[in-house]
Amino acid sequence: MDFTFTEEQVALRDSINRFLMKEAAPELLREISETSGGRSRELHAKIAAQGITGLSVPEAHGGVGLGDIDWTLVTEELGYHAIPDSLVESSYVATALLGSVPEAGALREQWLPRVADGTAHISIEHPANPCVADAHLADLILAIRAGKDGALELHAVSGTGLQRSTQVSIDASRRLAMLPQKLAASTRLLTGAGVQTLADATLDRAALGVAGQLVGLAQRMLDVSVDYVAQRKQFGKPIGSFQAVKHHLADVVTKIEFARPVLYRAALALQRGDRHRAVLISHAKLAAGDAAWTAARKGIQVHGACGYTWEVDLQMYMKRAWVLDAAWGDRGFHKARLGHELLRDGAPLGPAATLQ
Amino acid sequence: MDLDFTPQQQAFRTEVRAWLRANVPKSPLASYDTREGFEQHRAWEAKLAAGGYSCVIWPKDLGGRGSDLNEWLIFEEEYHAVDAPMRVNQNGIMLLGPTLMEFGTAEQKAQFLPRMARCDDMWAQGWSEPNAGSDMAAITSRAIREGDEYVLNGQKTWSTRAVFANWLFGLFRSDPDSSRHKGLTYLLVPMDAVGITVRPIRALNGKQAFAEVFFDDVRVSSANRLGKEGEGWNVAMATAGFERGLLLRSPARFQRTAKRLVELYRRHQVTADRDPSIRDAVLKAWMDAEAYNLASYHTVGRVAKGHRVGAEASTNKIFWSELDLQMHETAMRILGPRAELIDDPEVHEWLEGFLFAQAGPIYAGTNEIQRNIIAERVLGLPKS
Repeated sequence: MDFTFTEEQVALRDSINRFLMKEAAPELLREISETSGGRSRELHAKIAAQGITGLSVPEAHGGVGLGDIDWTLVTEELGYHAIPDSLVESSYVATALLGSVPEAGALREQWLPRVADGTAHISIEHPANPCVADAHLADLILAIRAGKDGALELHAVSGTGLQRSTQVSIDASRRLAMLPQKLAASTRLLTGAGVQTLADATLDRAALGVAGQLVGLAQRMLDVSVDYVAQRKQFGKPIGSFQAVKHHLADVVTKIEFARPVLYRAALALQRGDRHRAVLISHAKLAAGDAAWTAARKGIQVHGACGYTWEVDLQMYMKRAWVLDAAWGDRGFHKARLGHELLRDGAPLGPAATLQ
Repeated sequence: MDLDFTPQQQAFRTEVRAWLRANVPKSPLASYDTREGFEQHRAWEAKLAAGGYSCVIWPKDLGGRGSDLNEWLIFEEEYHAVDAPMRVNQNGIMLLGPTLMEFGTAEQKAQFLPRMARCDDMWAQGWSEPNAGSDMAAITSRAIREGDEYVLNGQKTWSTRAVFANWLFGLFRSDPDSSRHKGLTYLLVPMDAVGITVRPIRALNGKQAFAEVFFDDVRVSSANRLGKEGEGWNVAMATAGFERGLLLRSPARFQRTAKRLVELYRRHQVTADRDPSIRDAVLKAWMDAEAYNLASYHTVGRVAKGHRVGAEASTNKIFWSELDLQMHETAMRILGPRAELIDDPEVHEWLEGFLFAQAGPIYAGTNEIQRNIIAERVLGLPKS
């Protein structure tokens, strides 16, 4: 029993934090998001050179082969620095998806080394999401969608020349698209009951990745709010000295404090394949979303009118928090899944139920 | 990172489980805020101590078992899983106990801790005063040194279980010219000393759950001073740190309540679902109890690596007190018009718990004070 991180894990997180603090400052991200493609080759190359794109690619394909626990610390940092979420989808979620399909051997050989070195991008279409993130960059799109008989199928679609309809998100860092309703039969990689299992596993991993980003975003919104209220003066004093303001931010601290361990528990459950992993991941997503939305609401409140402006960085973090909360299973989905597991005979209730 | 219990931890759990199964009273004890219930609880505490389970994290020679905090969490899980009685001497064993370990002399530890573990001594807390509640540094009760004794005058209030206690730990102003946090001294006071008057206060449930304590030229030996004269504030704050932190409310207690809430909801689901927000509240109860549990294991893991529980412990106090309130409010809503029937077997524990949950955000430092602590000491915001 040691529910803490190793020194190596903490060192990895700290090094990614330092790197992104230097290379992905808010002003730069704001500039990038205002370009039509919304992405910077230069920044992406730096992230790849840092090794982040290859963290969960198996060593045999040129990566580091890290697991879900390590990635959770990484996603917290990516969230904290508001790095577009498609990085998590390509380097973590899609990589694991490809790794779990025996029929995808050739695709792994072809694409994983390039994901690892940052020269290729994989996007995912999933029934939980109406849109695909960064399809315009994708070399490969893994599409899980219902076939003619209603059963799920897995398609591997080349991004080259694929028709897409662009959708505009309120989060300026997101680049979303919808794919054609019909995909060529030749792109079909897998059918049968196994695709549902793949779809569930993909959603679990992606939801965990989003939960990590949401916790990171909550922490960032707290930090920028603390900076603001310590500097902004009214009635001759920093507004951070007033209890009404303090209590808003203390509530955010509490939400984050009790979301983080839930996130880490879910990561461990996913990495080990624990039987309660689905309910633990849904819990993590709900707790992280609640922390991030609370941090957004309290954050804009203590920023006053400035918080409602385009110029103040808080808006970038708030918008990411608002939209990621509904990505990879909205609250209704995760609450329903949680309720299904808890409100039945033999549910993991009572002291130590989810630990044994 | 791993959440597997070691073979030793599993063996400890098995042993605790077997002992509790054989020894926990078959039917619930009467309320410890009645004379009859207090004696029943004291007998239970003595039995626990004889089994070696009263204070598992204390050293063996002081009445404990020498367990680490992981074993303490395991013990608490097993304890609450079988609905074992609430701990009547919790102010002593969870608040004073750790402070005695840190600040007590060898003589004081030997004198007080084993007796506390067996509940031979029952401890009341003497901190709050009529004009020193959230502003505890406004204490005016005095302890003036005369030779080897202190002479106590003044009044304490909200002293939990003081009606039945035979000892009190409290803060007194030993330097009459001092103010605020300076000049306070931490004293251990026998309740049968001449000059002490106890006036019970009835709590929300009608029982004498706490009391006012009056001191009129009460003489206490200086051997009963904990820490140095005038250093009482720092000694007391160490206790407050433990109080807000892990020890006062282990997660198992709330996980047990969350389980009972799920069961209550399922028994009454048809009527409960007429208000769709109830289901959501039931799921939130499970999630928050689980979160509190995981946060505790996370903290215990960090403590084992040398991390000291600091001001972030204030988030615990806010979290569990609001969780407890939310769970009991939800139960009241599920029980509907029957919820007022205090003798109804299904209602009784929920209603008593609902009343007690109202106190949670107030005692052990109000949640407003906890939020100030978080803002100032975790976030570094300026003082008001």
